[in-house]
Amino acid sequence: MLRIRCPWCGERDETEFRYRGDANLSRPAADAGLAAFTAYTYQRDNPRGWHLEWWLHVGGCRQLLKIVRHTVSHEIASVGRPEDQLPLPKEPGR
Amino acid sequence: MTPVPKSQPIPSSAERVSSGRYSGWRLFLEGVTGQRGWSHAWTKAAPRPRYRVVIVGGGGHGLATAYYLAAEYGISDVAVLEKGPVGLGNVGRNTTIIRSNYFLPDNVRFYEYSLKLWERLERTLNFNVMVSQRGTLNLFHTEAQRDLYTRRANMMRLLGVDAKALSRAAVKALVPLVDLDNGRYPVLGGFLQPRGGTVRHDAVAWGYARAASAAGVDIIEHCEVTGIGRDGRRVTGVDTTRGQIAADTVCLAVAGHSSQLAAMAGLTLPIETHVLQAFVSEAIKPVLDVVVTYGAGHFYVSQSDKGGLVFGGAIDGYNTYGQRGTLPIAQEVAMEAMTLMPGLARVKVLRQWGGVMDMSMDGSPIISKTPLDGLILNAGWCYGGFKAIPAGGMTTAHLIARDLAHPLAAHLDLERFAAGRTVDERGAGPFPYAH
Repeated sequence: MLRIRCPWCGERDETEFRYRGDANLSRPAADAGLAAFTAYTYQRDNPRGWHLEWWLHVGGCRQLLKIVRHTVSHEIASVGRPEDQLPLPKEPGR
Repeated sequence: MTPVPKSQPIPSSAERVSSGRYSGWRLFLEGVTGQRGWSHAWTKAAPRPRYRVVIVGGGGHGLATAYYLAAEYGISDVAVLEKGPVGLGNVGRNTTIIRSNYFLPDNVRFYEYSLKLWERLERTLNFNVMVSQRGTLNLFHTEAQRDLYTRRANMMRLLGVDAKALSRAAVKALVPLVDLDNGRYPVLGGFLQPRGGTVRHDAVAWGYARAASAAGVDIIEHCEVTGIGRDGRRVTGVDTTRGQIAADTVCLAVAGHSSQLAAMAGLTLPIETHVLQAFVSEAIKPVLDVVVTYGAGHFYVSQSDKGGLVFGGAIDGYNTYGQRGTLPIAQEVAMEAMTLMPGLARVKVLRQWGGVMDMSMDGSPIISKTPLDGLILNAGWCYGGFKAIPAGGMTTAHLIARDLAHPLAAHLDLERFAAGRTVDERGAGPFPYAH
């Protein structure tokens, strides 16, 4: 069970949240072309290690959260609001 | 990386072991002569510096691809590289179900081909993989769901695949354990694919490994790939913990870690890695002789020949490479089991485990060439890779040998994402956690 510290609600169980995918992606400009939109829609780095991702607090404040989480240990390094810049930790993690 | 055990010297490729042909007569003969004639089922080969084909991943799809390359396409200059021992990855972590009850015609044809290969696999491999066509039953709980399942069953029947509608009474007669009258999700009926069923998963790995080895394939265990060699747009071989190996063709069959291996070649894939859990109960008397799936949640269950109930549910739902699984899903699966089969309330769970899988962006696998010459991909199996092993192996071997997609797997190419012809069985869109 993950415990996620929501910036608005405090620490809650993972069951209140829904995963919403890779938060490194940003929508290309309208004229960026097919390759850019294909990459944005379908291709994922899918790292084994620290991952910046979206979670939705669907069973709480319904806000979108940005989380840095490790994809092997599931350790959460930081939780932020959508506009926050969350750096990935330098150390490889457990 | 797991070190190579020192106690077992690894014979070179020249000293190929042969376990002989298995038969009832042989079993009898060994029985009366003290079981002294059995030997290792496959040769523990050491890597040679070059092969025509190197397959990365000694799981179901890698071994099946190697076997069909040697047996059906006449290419035996093949090595299968496996990081650990054969059989400990997803081929030994699934819930052993086989079926071809899909809706999209291309999927029905592909999985039906697989089911037909399963039906004669024991004769093909001379290995008892315990194919048991006990039937797979999908229950429905609303009228809308009945219509959806009817549509799927009609599509299957149009394509010559078996599907049968069952009334409530017929469901109860087939599976007395099911509580038809649950207050929230009463069972309205079900659809049965009588030819679906289960297969002993470990035996599938062992059977393919033995048959491939006998056909001349080198199966190299404890050999982890650490890099993929490139010369411009051409793949030249792999770097491994046991040295460099050159190859004309490198095939990645490492579901769960496809993104990691593809990254070594500089490719990004339409895949996220997720974990799926499975559970086995203590052994109980025979109570369930079909595979049952629950329609009001994500739960499926069958009973193994040992008596344990083998069951599972949905993926945990977020990217992970942790082969373990977390408790919220375990709890959800247990609740669904109780809703569907309250009679199981006092059965104890014996074991739980997780396997990490490639969840592709449209929920369908990828059997494809890549932008790099000589690099072939067998990936993206989501949680349905086991049933597809024979067809996945055959069609991947075809692609390698003929340099052309097998007609039954042409729709599974990597280009489909950019071309806008995704194979989205659930219609869930490009969200792997939703498939």
